[in-house]
Amino acid sequence: MQWGSASEFFAMGGYGLYVWTSFVATALCMVWEVLALWRRRAAACAEQRAALLGGTDETTA
Amino acid sequence: MSTGINWLKYSSPQAFYPLAGHLIPWFACVAVALMGVGLYMGFFVAPTDFQQGEAYRIIFVHVPAAWMSMFLYVVMAVWAGIGMGLNARLSFMMAQAIAPTGAMFTFLALLTGAMWGKPTWGAWWVWDARLTSELILLFQYAGVMLLRTSIDDVRRADRASAVFALVGVVNVPIIYFSVQWWNTLHQGASVSMATGSKMASTMLTAMLLMTVAFWLYSIAVILARVRCVMIERESSPVWNDEKPAVIQETVEAR
Amino acid sequence: MSGSSMWEAVSGIIRRDLLLAMRRRSDAAMSVFFLVIVVSLFPLGVGPEPAVLRTIGPGVLWVAALLACLLSLGRVFTADYLDGVLEQMVLIPQPLALLVGGKVVAHWVISGFPIVLLSPLLGLQFGLSGESLGVLVMSLLLGTPTLSMIGAIGAALVLGVRGSGLLVALLVLPLYVPVLIFGAGAVTSSMAGIGGEANLSLLGACLVLSLFLAPWATAAALRIALE
Repeated sequence: MQWGSASEFFAMGGYGLYVWTSFVATALCMVWEVLALWRRRAAACAEQRAALLGGTDETTA
Repeated sequence: MSTGINWLKYSSPQAFYPLAGHLIPWFACVAVALMGVGLYMGFFVAPTDFQQGEAYRIIFVHVPAAWMSMFLYVVMAVWAGIGMGLNARLSFMMAQAIAPTGAMFTFLALLTGAMWGKPTWGAWWVWDARLTSELILLFQYAGVMLLRTSIDDVRRADRASAVFALVGVVNVPIIYFSVQWWNTLHQGASVSMATGSKMASTMLTAMLLMTVAFWLYSIAVILARVRCVMIERESSPVWNDEKPAVIQETVEAR
Repeated sequence: MSGSSMWEAVSGIIRRDLLLAMRRRSDAAMSVFFLVIVVSLFPLGVGPEPAVLRTIGPGVLWVAALLACLLSLGRVFTADYLDGVLEQMVLIPQPLALLVGGKVVAHWVISGFPIVLLSPLLGLQFGLSGESLGVLVMSLLLGTPTLSMIGAIGAALVLGVRGSGLLVALLVLPLYVPVLIFGAGAVTSSMAGIGGEANLSLLGACLVLSLFLAPWATAAALRIALE
């Protein structure tokens, strides 16, 4: 362990801006991708459900 | 195929859909766990680099992202090739599912590369062979995805983007070597990319852990996306044998 | 399939395309005018300093040639696609890749070759020396057919697709990068006194590679577009 304190850890030897931008950007991209997939799946399921129910309504009518 | 599992069974979307659903949580959990261990090792175990100071820690996301960006393009092209050769729907769906994740990793590799380059070289960007090929790779991912979205007919979109993905596989190595050649000609801009030949073994371990974690993450995300693609493409319920959740929910809702 | 009938089919296609182009000469003239205008804009933009112009000259000429080739790509297959000739071509017993090769050769003669002929004149605008002008012409002579070959893949992929003009640029420009590097590099290195031979032979290698691979990819793309 080479960090004396939390502030030293976040400073990253003066390179904090570069290091944390990289890691935060990567984390944000991954979280965003997972959330986007979540929404895409919900939308696709909703669409299929609508198509399915609409289809059965037509046959029963 | 007399013994074991009949793997060909899973080449149909109907069979692959539930299989992917079972696999996603496993890949995701292991990816998160390895990422945790990798980050811990990268930040708390790996020592400070005596040349680059703490800035080198960017490689724990940069190198895995760069490797995944290239690896995923090759995998996408392989699926595209299989799709063209065997006319398999699942292969095209896989190729479609891989492209966005690959493009994201390419973007991240470029971004984190700039973040690493600024403190190390003093420049956000240099026209080095690796950087240029990575940039062109991003353009090719964009091309594959744009070509797909511009064509309405799914079958044609599948096959056209497959052809472009395959052509791109030839292009990237040529670009890499041509820029390398070009740089030897323009000697001014040559920057040594060597990240210190002697990496501490803990650094290497952390980097490899992160790479495996990114790889498993990619598999989980791509499987999730391929399931979305399957639902989107089948407007009528075709999953007769093993119904996906959506259909069961629908049946219950009625 | 006898060799002679294959050759007849290919040369027939080349002759037909050249004849059609002769009837609509303004089409071919347009990409040349485009090249001249783009190249003339650069000195106006960066200033008339001869040393600067000489440094950027090879790159500017090559990028402009590349864009001119790109703009002419829409003409390779579109007319034949719209009037149904392309569908007939796919049904001809001769291999489609060969026929595609014929069409690309015709396209190069119409829109690539004039660029090669005009390039020394444009090189003079940038103060290139006699030897560099020779290398420029050689590099374009080897490079523009490669551009046509690669461009045909993109043109076939986007046939009949909405927004195809912009899309083909996005698809094809990344593929043009090696040709640009070697082409402009040949001229630059001849100006630096190293001689452009190495770059020219690499351009030749690109041409051979594209001659072998591009027609197959283009034929596959055409089949997909016509399904």
